[in-house]
Amino acid sequence: MAGVDLYQGGLAQRRPLSPHLQIYRPMMTMMMSIAHRITGAALYAGTLLLAWYLIALASGPEAFETAAWFLRSFIGQLILLGFSWALFHHFLGGLRHMVWDAGYGFTHPMREYLALATLIGGLLLTAIVWCIAYFVL
Amino acid sequence: MLKSGSASGSVQTHPPAQSAAKAATADAWRMRVTSIALVPLAIGFVCVILKLIGKDYAAAHAELGHTAPALLILLFLLAGIIHMKIGMQSIIDDYVHAARWKEAALMGNLFFSVVIGMACVYAVLKISFT
Repeated sequence: MAGVDLYQGGLAQRRPLSPHLQIYRPMMTMMMSIAHRITGAALYAGTLLLAWYLIALASGPEAFETAAWFLRSFIGQLILLGFSWALFHHFLGGLRHMVWDAGYGFTHPMREYLALATLIGGLLLTAIVWCIAYFVL
Repeated sequence: MLKSGSASGSVQTHPPAQSAAKAATADAWRMRVTSIALVPLAIGFVCVILKLIGKDYAAAHAELGHTAPALLILLFLLAGIIHMKIGMQSIIDDYVHAARWKEAALMGNLFFSVVIGMACVYAVLKISFT
């Protein structure tokens, strides 16, 4: 018989698989879902920095000077920039989840707008707060 | 395949299979409550941080020594630590499957959250009372 051998790998290989990340067309909603998780994990790690600052401030001037020196350094500022963006992005992503929890925002254009608003809003809030930090205060 | 994929962190048969669903529901509820609490608290947190920027030791210590910012940071920490502990737990539930590693990761997550939470709360209280 010239048919496919179902048992020697034929069926197992031709069996339809659910689309996995690598072959799935990237979509805004999907990207923002992933970004929500990544920013959440980043904020988790970022609590170490907050703990360092608070403990240093509680410990005394010398410990504080070390922490402040690091935060003022280029690397420190870069980490703070990332931390603040992660906070704002995750904040807006959380608001999006609240809209969904309330039963709204599932329709086709709306969910795309919400995803886009999370992305742009997060970047915008970061820019605004850093402008305030640098130019106003 | 794992028997239970609960957010409660039960890996094998203990705690009993029945409790897994309830624990996950409780976590989902806590996630919602802390999310809503964190909306005003995160805004307040950013405001406090902005007030601390550029301040030297004495000025920063005095700023956080005031009741309102200290209380705000404490509430932010309480809600935030619970929120991030459950969030990391769901990440572990999704990606760590081997029972031994999963247990270690869940335990590590709890330890990290409690240590960071305690350290920050102690620091804020010490700043407030000294």
